[in-house]
Amino acid sequence: MNEDKGAIKKIMIILSKGSLENVYAAFVLANGARMEGIAAEIFFTFFGLEAIHKKKLEHLHVATVGNPAMHMPTMLGGLPGMEALASNMMKKEMEKIDMPEIPEFLDILTASGVKMWACKLAVDMFHYTRDDLYEGVEAIITVGDFYKESAGEGVHMLFI
Amino acid sequence: MEKVIAGKPITVNEEGYLTNFNQWDEKVGEAIAAENHLSLTPRHWDVIKYLQNEQKNQVALSIRRVGKSGVVDIKELYSLFPNAPLKTATKIAGIPKPASCI
Repeated sequence: MNEDKGAIKKIMIILSKGSLENVYAAFVLANGARMEGIAAEIFFTFFGLEAIHKKKLEHLHVATVGNPAMHMPTMLGGLPGMEALASNMMKKEMEKIDMPEIPEFLDILTASGVKMWACKLAVDMFHYTRDDLYEGVEAIITVGDFYKESAGEGVHMLFI
Repeated sequence: MEKVIAGKPITVNEEGYLTNFNQWDEKVGEAIAAENHLSLTPRHWDVIKYLQNEQKNQVALSIRRVGKSGVVDIKELYSLFPNAPLKTATKIAGIPKPASCI
């Protein structure tokens, strides 16, 4: 630690949410780490698994209900189609700033050397199997395995 | 600030990026690469020339864009420049550090 002045060497990101804004936050942080020469790994748990579920990862939405930053009355946010509308608007803005959609982003992360893990407990709870998950996922592992994977100097952990 | 690179005084910023591309030549590129523990192969040069060209055309650089360039894919980019690929490659190329987050 003293030798490197506390430099971050690896970032371990735990993604527990499946809304588009949270998934993007995790992906941008992981990719941004790799761009700086920092190792990055993501542990997908609970609703975060949606981001690596083959059939679901293309259909993630922005939360329009219970999200005060949307500046939208809760009743309005709950109307049918509102989440899709907000998500499409967000996706259009994302494309403008060169932000890839989720499937492409996963490929970028894999190519960049980001290791991705699925949480065993959550996979069991949702009755998913390995075949349901994006090919770039390394393995389905336990919390204990994830902690072992996180060992070392200059490793930081982030919960989203 | 001024720094002697490949035997020539070169103006660089505090992070070591050239501030005047006219001072760049391949020898300078090779010297900066050596400082970053890289020896440049023809594939490195393909990437460097591509980045310089993009910079000349004032295209904002991002990993995603480089990956789609047809010059190099993201996996190879990381294997050519293992530590912070875009930052290292632009420094060797004598162009500004990209301000991109993606």
